[in-house]
Amino acid sequence: MVGITSYGAYIPIFRLSRADISKGWGGPPYGGEKAVANFDEDSITMAVAAARDCMNGMDSKTIDALYFASTSSPYKEKQAAATISAVLDMRSEIFSMDISQSLRAGTNALAAAMDSINSKSAQNIMVCAADIRLGLPNGPRELAYGDGAAAFMLGSENLIATIDGKYSISDEIIDVWRSDKDTYVRSWEDRFTKDKGYNKIVFEAVSGALKKYKLKPKDFSKAVFYSPDGRAVGSVARKLGFDIKTQIQDAMYDTVGNTGAALAPMLLAAALEEAKPGDRLLLVSYGDGCDVFILTVTPEIESAKNKRGIKGHLKSKKMLTSYEKYLRWRDIISVEPAPRPPLQVPSAVALWRDRKGGLALYGSKCKNCGTPQYPAQKICIKCQAKDQFEDYCFANRNATLFTFSHDNLAPAIDPPVTVSVVNFEGGGRIQCDMTDREIGEVQVGMPVEMTFRKIRYTGGIYDYWWKCMPLRT
Amino acid sequence: MGSIKDRVAIIGMGCTKFGELWDMDCKDMIIDAAYEAYEDAGIDPKDIQAAWMGTYVSGYTGSMIAEPLKLMYKPVTRVENMCATGSEALRNACYAVAAGIYDIALAIGFEKLKDTGYSGLPDSELAVEFVLGKTDTYRAPTFSTPAQFALMANKYFAEYGIDPDEGRELLAKIAVKNHHNGALSPKAHFQREITIEQALKAPMVAYPLGLYDCCGVSDGSAAAVVVRSDMAKKFRDDPIYIKALQICQGPREGSLNYEWGYTNMEETYRAGIAAYKEAGINNPRKEISIAEVHDCFTITEATIYEDLQFTPRGKAKEDIEAGSFSLDGELPINTDGGLKCFGHPLGASGLRMMYEVYKQLQEKAGPRQVKNPSLGLSHNIGGVPGSGVCSIIIAGN
Repeated sequence: MVGITSYGAYIPIFRLSRADISKGWGGPPYGGEKAVANFDEDSITMAVAAARDCMNGMDSKTIDALYFASTSSPYKEKQAAATISAVLDMRSEIFSMDISQSLRAGTNALAAAMDSINSKSAQNIMVCAADIRLGLPNGPRELAYGDGAAAFMLGSENLIATIDGKYSISDEIIDVWRSDKDTYVRSWEDRFTKDKGYNKIVFEAVSGALKKYKLKPKDFSKAVFYSPDGRAVGSVARKLGFDIKTQIQDAMYDTVGNTGAALAPMLLAAALEEAKPGDRLLLVSYGDGCDVFILTVTPEIESAKNKRGIKGHLKSKKMLTSYEKYLRWRDIISVEPAPRPPLQVPSAVALWRDRKGGLALYGSKCKNCGTPQYPAQKICIKCQAKDQFEDYCFANRNATLFTFSHDNLAPAIDPPVTVSVVNFEGGGRIQCDMTDREIGEVQVGMPVEMTFRKIRYTGGIYDYWWKCMPLRT
Repeated sequence: MGSIKDRVAIIGMGCTKFGELWDMDCKDMIIDAAYEAYEDAGIDPKDIQAAWMGTYVSGYTGSMIAEPLKLMYKPVTRVENMCATGSEALRNACYAVAAGIYDIALAIGFEKLKDTGYSGLPDSELAVEFVLGKTDTYRAPTFSTPAQFALMANKYFAEYGIDPDEGRELLAKIAVKNHHNGALSPKAHFQREITIEQALKAPMVAYPLGLYDCCGVSDGSAAAVVVRSDMAKKFRDDPIYIKALQICQGPREGSLNYEWGYTNMEETYRAGIAAYKEAGINNPRKEISIAEVHDCFTITEATIYEDLQFTPRGKAKEDIEAGSFSLDGELPINTDGGLKCFGHPLGASGLRMMYEVYKQLQEKAGPRQVKNPSLGLSHNIGGVPGSGVCSIIIAGN
């Protein structure tokens, strides 16, 4: 038996109201808002956040494989899963894989994980899906697309939901796409994309799955459909025979937007949050074909709900103060640079040496006097004992802001930089930037948590590290 | 352990005007500072037996001074200690003379910061080292130097229950004092008075530090000629004697030890204790006549009052409000305007501080002359709170 043992999700704290976007271009006041990753987030950092939500304190050394799914991996050639597994402090002898380039990448990864577990080549597999896609300014895709991530642990024991069936269709069509030379996602005229794409293929795939597993729409408590916008799912679901009011998982179009390869996985996480033991779920994703899964929720589900998930992240939000800020964050408009020397390129060698300290946020703790220190030391700052250290990870520890400054002079995409000195419960200190903050809320003594972020992009290298942020509640 | 007290004297000093010296390069500044010092000492350039040169980013090796000054094949050493570089050049020259190896040595510092096209220091990146010590990864906060000192300001306010607005006003008073003194200093970068209102309304650089909380970024050079004390009177009637030379390097404790408090700089405190001991000073507030301290930011000056034991911990506020450290106060501090107004060409600043101490002790400080000075102190730091180095030099007549 294969299934899901845990789920997690991530929605960036910032939201941009669609009315603010249309106001910028003089268009009609579109409704709802979309989730907007901060300037220091990308699909890797969001996948990390969802995976941490999913793991929720579990030992990452028990994981055998990590699959990362996205259409917006930061690198065209370099595996994101390798980075994510290093951040999550997984063993090096795992199987890591990126599944990319299709809106179905998230469910492709779930299918691959399921097959690996069924074939007993792995016991525990982490699947994370994240996307941050761009539509051209003043276009429908800019309005529609939001950013987010979901993560699932798959295994064969202690399942919160069993995966009882899978059915797929592969379909060659140019409906929604982005070439290797494009920054923005393109789409063909929407009558065509619906008639011969989404509506047709989803109908065929779900019909095929129902037929294969001898099930009817009424056998499902909830049907989770990828939906390119708020309305698209309606006609095909109705045609398939689902009751729109009671059976269809809300696609979060008005609150998050279309999160691409992460959307179907995020909606599944949302469905699991509400699920009761015995519920049967249908999961349907779309992109160059269609993947359909049939799941049954087990009594273990109740023990898996102690996380932020979709609900927690949805509730915790800050409104972006302007559309211009979004354009700046995504490097869509150029602005006057800070009158400071250009940022330098990190050394690949130095980053390689620092992969445990910088990515998994390990320091060291003195075995002689018990003082945790970051970065890892060889001689203790407190008692000067030499080589008496054990590894000490700071990533998940409670922390408070010891002192700070809002720096207007430092070069920044979203000035000022809130330089922060963070003290950890149990000892240890890190000086880092604070992100996802509003200036007015920052004060000495406030509780903060650590979050994995992109700290610069120079010389073709994405440099990742950790920042603190106000405790997200 | 030995002591430098009264073993070395300064017989001549020079200092260029500090500021935006668009029409001078390093060599022009070096020649002006050195020749003013030679002339003041009454020596011939050929009398210099060895030299120590300090610059942070404006040159490498002793050739930077050997060439313009035509120090023909003499022993010249370049030293570097970030913003405390100037003091380091003087310290090395003094020790060499005290060791009896040389009779007459030159210490010179310089920096050319205004050719870069940037405001602030030219190396936002190098300073990452000071905070996390992670070479070349840039896995550190993104910051400018003012922010590192602003960390101390916010913590100081929180620790001593000072409302941030009140705290900003308090710091503004330090800027107003130093601008007053700078207005009396012909060689200072900024020579005009400001008001508290101006300081408070100025653009924010790194909260809570505004523009007037930050020192000037300047070009400049300063130099000293040092000799053994027993020779000093042969050159002039009023040589200035070195009473203490102390340096204290912090082990980056501020980022490694979570108990480190960010309300002061331990390096300053410890260098102060060592310097007072070497000079035989028991009550620094009473015994020191004038102090030039490293007011790179107003909060730095406020905490220096406490670290140098001029005022008890947490009580800087009372002395700032009482004007204890103004030109006519109990202990005049930064009589030439300090880094705030005289400006801060990194490699030159330590020697510029000593230039003011030297002139004050010789009672040649013009309109800013303090009464009957006997001991002067210069305090010069490099790095940032939590990861600093501090040089303190005490001199007397």
